[in-house]
Amino acid sequence: MKILVTDQMGAEHELEGLEGWRVMEVIRDWGLNIKAECGGACSCATCHVFVAEEWLDRLSPRTDEEEDMLDTVPDVRETSRLSCQILMSEAIDGLAVTLAPSAARDDTAA
Amino acid sequence: MSGNEIVTDVVVIGAGPCGLFAVFELGLLDLKCHVIDILDRPGGQCAELYPEKPIYDIPGFPVITGQGLTDNLLAQIAPFSPEFHYSRMVNGLERLEDGSFRLETDAGEVFLAKVVVIAAGGGSFQPKRPPVADIEAYEGKSVFYSVRKMDDFRDQDIVIVGGGDSALDWTLNLQPIARSLTLVHRRDAFRAAPDSVNKMKALVADGKISLLIGQIAGLEGPDGNLERIHFATDAGDVSVPATRLMPFFGLTMKLGPVADWGLELNDNLIVVDTEKFETSVPGIFAIGDINTYPGKLKLILSGFHEAALMAQRAKKIISPDERVIFQYTTSSTKLQKKLGVA
Ligand SMILES: Cc1cc2nc3c(=O)[nH]c(=O)nc-3n(C[C@H](O)[C@H](O)[C@H](O)COP(=O)(O)OP(=O)(O)OC[C@H]3O[C@@H](n4cnc5c(N)ncnc54)[C@H](O)[C@@H]3O)c2cc1C
Ligand code: FES
Repeated sequence: MKILVTDQMGAEHELEGLEGWRVMEVIRDWGLNIKAECGGACSCATCHVFVAEEWLDRLSPRTDEEEDMLDTVPDVRETSRLSCQILMSEAIDGLAVTLAPSAARDDTAA
Repeated sequence: MSGNEIVTDVVVIGAGPCGLFAVFELGLLDLKCHVIDILDRPGGQCAELYPEKPIYDIPGFPVITGQGLTDNLLAQIAPFSPEFHYSRMVNGLERLEDGSFRLETDAGEVFLAKVVVIAAGGGSFQPKRPPVADIEAYEGKSVFYSVRKMDDFRDQDIVIVGGGDSALDWTLNLQPIARSLTLVHRRDAFRAAPDSVNKMKALVADGKISLLIGQIAGLEGPDGNLERIHFATDAGDVSVPATRLMPFFGLTMKLGPVADWGLELNDNLIVVDTEKFETSVPGIFAIGDINTYPGKLKLILSGFHEAALMAQRAKKIISPDERVIFQYTTSSTKLQKKLGVA
């Protein structure tokens, strides 16, 4: 199964992922610019992505914990999600996300 | 600056779990430590990122929280009376001619040490910066991430952004001295202590502060002197007169000054050997998440092991003529005396 990721520079990447992996882990494993400082514990918000509109309804909604963590990203939008809180599955095969500036490792992006 | 130097055996940079345990291993060998951290408390990632979350792979503890581990480590090293210096970043580290080291913090203190242990983890914790154009130009003049002097905020038009405890606490603390205060958050729900939220809401109801739901969009004002801040809200662009801005979006780790100390790095990690965990500069050691070597695992238990071996070498550097014999804490009365239990 695949995800489609646009990085902070606007380049598109089609990434192969495995069932049950976190979307963050797939992005990190392929070496894209994602900090994911807490390793998926919903404790850092540095795995912030914008989900393509058409996919929003197909994801399980934000939990309270994710909503709280999103308070610590300064560039939140309606489509904001923490990619470590999205699990790869058949239902979201082809998911399209864009890496947020606030997910970049150190100061590689604004 | 002269005469104010702090002279010690060892300076440990970073009060994360590995830095704390280093104090124990060095202490057993009679070495005195000063520990410096940019955070205002010990524990590193365990305390900052996951104080309430469980850790399952600390040997001997089937389960312990990040804060629990930190508290236990503090109790364990207490007999060695380490001196802690919080809310300070180590900026400069240089080797002196006699092979010892001079460290300087951003608060201007100078430390002279025979050995330096870098336990800087993922780097120093620093405030997340809002992605607003030119914000750097305002930092330190009208944009602040912490309050060093209350007086800098007296009779100012203050805007505080964020929804956590820091944002709420400073809203309550600064309101009495501010000319005006606006709290801005992206939603009408706050993850701060309920008591603070209630107090904040009462101030809003009394017209003493304003609450705006929105996100920061732009800063206005010449030469770093803030005059007005723009926010994106459901009702469109809203601007607020402001002379001070405090963004509170939590902390993130940045490698920071460690990169400038002339140590051999690999992918932003400090290269060490696996016998003594010494860096490319003799006398400077690196343990825990900040180091790299073949097979490195970024686990707390790896850092503990690294601390033990590092301490042996540190002792040889500091007391080259003293013979160190290998002892167990269980059976050595000498070690038990040091721990205050014999
Ligand atoms: C959510 C989460 C869960 C985890 N779960 C586990 C687990 O189950 N088991 C496990 O073994 N590990 C776990 N880890 C990893 C573990 O927390 C780290 O391996 C450990 O914290 C590393 O300790 P450390 O002392 O090397 O560095 P850190 O804990 O990163 O501490 C380094 C400290 O140094 C300070 N510092 C850095 N540079 C400077 C400077 N120039 N001046 C002043 N201070 C500075 C920093 O502010 C920081 O406080 C987890 C991590 C996270 C985020
Ligand atoms: S990786 Fe830290 S919140 Fe997702």
